[in-house]
Amino acid sequence: MTIPATVPVLGWAWDDLLFLGLAGILLGAALLVVLGRDIIHSGLWMMLCFGALAGVYALLGAPLVAVAQVLVYVGAISVLVLFAIMLTQSKAGPLRLVFHRQAWVAAIASIVLFALFVVVVAEGDWPQRAAEVTRTATDQLARLLFNDYVLPFEGVGVLLLAAVIGGVYLAKRDPGQGGSL
Amino acid sequence: MSGSLDAYLLLAGALFSIGVFGFLARRNAIAMLMSIELMLNAVNLAIVTFGAFVPALTTHASVIALMVMAVAAGEATVGLAIVIAIFRNRRTPLVDEYDAMRE
Repeated sequence: MTIPATVPVLGWAWDDLLFLGLAGILLGAALLVVLGRDIIHSGLWMMLCFGALAGVYALLGAPLVAVAQVLVYVGAISVLVLFAIMLTQSKAGPLRLVFHRQAWVAAIASIVLFALFVVVVAEGDWPQRAAEVTRTATDQLARLLFNDYVLPFEGVGVLLLAAVIGGVYLAKRDPGQGGSL
Repeated sequence: MSGSLDAYLLLAGALFSIGVFGFLARRNAIAMLMSIELMLNAVNLAIVTFGAFVPALTTHASVIALMVMAVAAGEATVGLAIVIAIFRNRRTPLVDEYDAMRE
């Protein structure tokens, strides 16, 4: 059985359908992260949002970035965030107001920001508006990463070590201080 | 649509705007950190998009996106550790109740 060249009923290219589906999931999940009342659900929607973004990366021809997105965001950061949520849930927390009282100002600000983005994208003098997506060759990426970018690469390694040590230091309980966390 | 730079940039812009709203409007410190993650991901999407549509930048964009991801992971670690440290003292994750410096 062969897959038809375009989507059977709609007549779109498969990539367009994939893009629309992933973009819909991405934006819907992001909105639920921001608007949801229960913060645990927000954390779970964030995982879905990051997974859809990994799909968009794959669509853009960057497979290594997509895999790293799944490993780092869906796998590591989301779990970290969920643990932090569970450590900081107070009984009164979820029942009370989720947003600040001035949330409508934030809504206006973000809508204005999005309108600005639309204007910039529409008016900007971009090099190529529509083109074939260029795929990233992973062997070239590795060669670039370990030749031209080797100093930033090592710097990122040191930064991650510092972040891990700093995180442990900040979050560990002082020996003198009791408390039940 | 999947072959147009504008669609991906608008997607990144929309994601960033959602993150901005969450950062400004949510009271929970961890929800604010999650909104920051959304914004970082939006920027990463813009970087990878330009890499995919400008052939000279393709591999560089992937490298830079990976670097941004690593830095974001470090930021999340330290940010969440700070939130937990503050929670231990103040017993609340809500940022508008952190008012010790206002008194």
